[in-house]
Amino acid sequence: MSYAGSQRNSGDAKKSNPARTLSVTLLLTAVLAGVALAVGATTINLGLDLRGGTSVTLQPRVQDGDSGQVTVEAIDQAVSIIRQRVDSLGVAESEVTAEGTGTNRQIVIAVPGETGRRIVDLVGQTAELRFRQVVVEAQSVPSENDAALIEGLNLSPEELSQFNNLNCTTFDSNAVVDKPEALLVTCDRSGVVRYILAPAQVVGRDVRGATAAIDPQSAQGWYVSLDFTGDGTKKFGELTQAVVNLPQPQNQVAIVLDGVVVSAPRINEAILGGQAQITGSFTQLEAQDLANVLKYGSLPLAFDRGEVQQVSPTLGSDQLRAGLLAGGLGMLLVILYSIFYYRALSLVVIGSLALAAAQVLLSLVLLTKGVGYTLTLAGIAGTIVAIGVTADSFIVYFERIRDEMREGKPLRVAVETGWQRARRTIVVADLVSGISAIVLYIVSVGSVRGFAFTLGLTTIIDLIVIFFFTKPLVSLLARAKYFQKGSRYSGVSPKSVGMIKEPILAEVKS
Amino acid sequence: MKLSGLGGRLYRGETSLDIIGGRKKWYLLSTLFILLSMFTLGTKGVELSIEFKGGSSFTVTTPSGTIDQAREAVTKAGYLEELRIQTIGEDKIRIQTGVIEQSLSNAIQDSLAQQFAVSIESIDTQNVGPSWGEEISRKALQGLIAFLVIIMIYLALAFEPKMAVAAIVALIHDVLITVGIYALVGFEVSPSTVIGFLTILGYSLYDTVVVFDKVRENTRSITATGRYTYSQATNLAVNQTIVRSLNTSLIALLPVAAILFVGAGLLGAGTLKDLSLALFIGLIAGTYSSIFIASPVLVQLREREPAIKALNQRVMARGGGSATPSQRIQHKRDKRKNRS
Repeated sequence: MSYAGSQRNSGDAKKSNPARTLSVTLLLTAVLAGVALAVGATTINLGLDLRGGTSVTLQPRVQDGDSGQVTVEAIDQAVSIIRQRVDSLGVAESEVTAEGTGTNRQIVIAVPGETGRRIVDLVGQTAELRFRQVVVEAQSVPSENDAALIEGLNLSPEELSQFNNLNCTTFDSNAVVDKPEALLVTCDRSGVVRYILAPAQVVGRDVRGATAAIDPQSAQGWYVSLDFTGDGTKKFGELTQAVVNLPQPQNQVAIVLDGVVVSAPRINEAILGGQAQITGSFTQLEAQDLANVLKYGSLPLAFDRGEVQQVSPTLGSDQLRAGLLAGGLGMLLVILYSIFYYRALSLVVIGSLALAAAQVLLSLVLLTKGVGYTLTLAGIAGTIVAIGVTADSFIVYFERIRDEMREGKPLRVAVETGWQRARRTIVVADLVSGISAIVLYIVSVGSVRGFAFTLGLTTIIDLIVIFFFTKPLVSLLARAKYFQKGSRYSGVSPKSVGMIKEPILAEVKS
Repeated sequence: MKLSGLGGRLYRGETSLDIIGGRKKWYLLSTLFILLSMFTLGTKGVELSIEFKGGSSFTVTTPSGTIDQAREAVTKAGYLEELRIQTIGEDKIRIQTGVIEQSLSNAIQDSLAQQFAVSIESIDTQNVGPSWGEEISRKALQGLIAFLVIIMIYLALAFEPKMAVAAIVALIHDVLITVGIYALVGFEVSPSTVIGFLTILGYSLYDTVVVFDKVRENTRSITATGRYTYSQATNLAVNQTIVRSLNTSLIALLPVAAILFVGAGLLGAGTLKDLSLALFIGLIAGTYSSIFIASPVLVQLREREPAIKALNQRVMARGGGSATPSQRIQHKRDKRKNRS
């Protein structure tokens, strides 16, 4: 055993200078605090669960047979498009990030404040825009008139059954498969009209820009004005030219967004100027959001909203308060217990916990500044649980010291030999705790990651504190008469250690 | 300071709890409990939260509103399927639905806001899609397997391979018991609960590591001295660490209890309660197993080895086997000699 040898060497207290180690540790912590102040790191980013806001987790929708679409590039592109859409709302501190690895990646959008529903609609849309000529327009549910409408259309059996089974009052827009080169059977936004639409002739790529506007002269309210690219202008001109003289409803061009008809205006004359309007009794916000979505382009993939969470500011502050209260209570209980059990030695526990708390706080503040760390409720829980881990290390050490004293060693020697043995246990136990934190961090999703992160962080801090603060402090205290005499409330009195005889003073002299 | 006095007596072996010898009792107890757990799990299963099942939850803060009013509002919004409505704390009502479209979720929000005269933003809402649960379940399972493999390797390197096996046995014991209690009592299992479970694994091992460290120390030169059987030396180690184990577990439990108390008392439900409840139950199971399961299993594994078998025979032949106080003092002297 290699450590048996080193035990004898460093068991010799003269080699180490506990007072110096202690002051260096405290000094470094103070320097760290100074650095934090100097770089202006004075706050911790609070997660949405602590201050209210909306978070949406998007999962790529893998359609049958084309899972190859979900690539890292596609996800990255989607992240940047969604970020532009979110930024268009102008909410500070919004976050759009990809989590996970490979094809299991998800996109997490977190927006503070009360934008709830708007964000949810905005980020989840694929925003695939298509212009299609209307072939058939029918009422919302299948009826006997249908047969006359589709007469002579030469529909494939699938298209026919789609049309005959489509009920727009219970319409699920996610189920629509919108292939540009094929006919599309679908409904309008409000679920009152069934359509059969021709293959798309103009698509989202042909749109250069989009703006929301209102025409105070007309009653149509807010609308979205589209600018086509050169190519788009030509194609849109051809499309409108081709349908303008056809009978109703074939003279309508449907504007289809993600498989649903937004509007299907009648074309009165060919539109050659490269501009079009989308109307549809929008509110101002709806028109603005739609314009933004179209401006930044469609997502390369379709996404499902895996989880949507809207936390009110009230619940947020409640959770923050509860987290802090639980932390304070947990700390208090641990301190009370250590006072009860270790008497004056509990000073070491209190000092070490205070230093650990200060270092955790400093780390979080610096991480907030440096890498945009965000503290969640689960993260707070992680630090509270870690109070127990930290206190555990003290107990392992103190009990070892008592064991050594039971073997008849005087306090000053017991403090050193006990450390040699306790050190190993503490390192092994902290490593186990650290490994579990790392594994948790890698496999968990969303806010629970915060738990693993703080648990891991505090485990490292625990090691620093016990090696460079607790141990030297105990060494120093062991020199004090009060502890050497094994005074009644010292926590190392013969009675509380449970020794047969009282050899302490005698052996100190020898 | 009675407890620490006990620590001293246990350390010297004056008071000795025969933990290894009574192993059949502990095994039987645990087996019965695990069978009961598995039976409940098989018949009743665990109550999964909407994160796993998919569905939506709405929490309205209303001091005077009633469950019937909430039901009425949700029905009015057009949701006619199964509902779960409960009151949380003093002034909150939570409504849980199955998987619904975003538009229906919006309609329910509107209807609730109108019914209870609150703003839409003040309603805490969570919508979970149907495939979300698979995703997080898969991740949790991956985590469990990765964790077990890494820990197994680590413990085998840091200690002895057989200690790794015994520690993992104790760990599986803890997980089975905790899951069983969840099934039995019907606590809801959420992703926070799963995180709690995974953390327990770390804790359970932490405890076992403390005990095994002492076992290793006591049994290091055991075949050379031939004074104790492996089982006796291990039993002494368990007795010597029992106060420490109880202490570390108690002190780890205190903050967890604080989270549980505050989380369940103030917030009613959510991350804090789910996480701490799992930890609370798991910690207790972990303390039990590190004393009563891990060490006996280790002894059984080691006693199959020829060297240990031979040692036990030698000790028995010399009339050992029942460690008398004089032998214990002799043991203490040996140890002192070894160290100085």
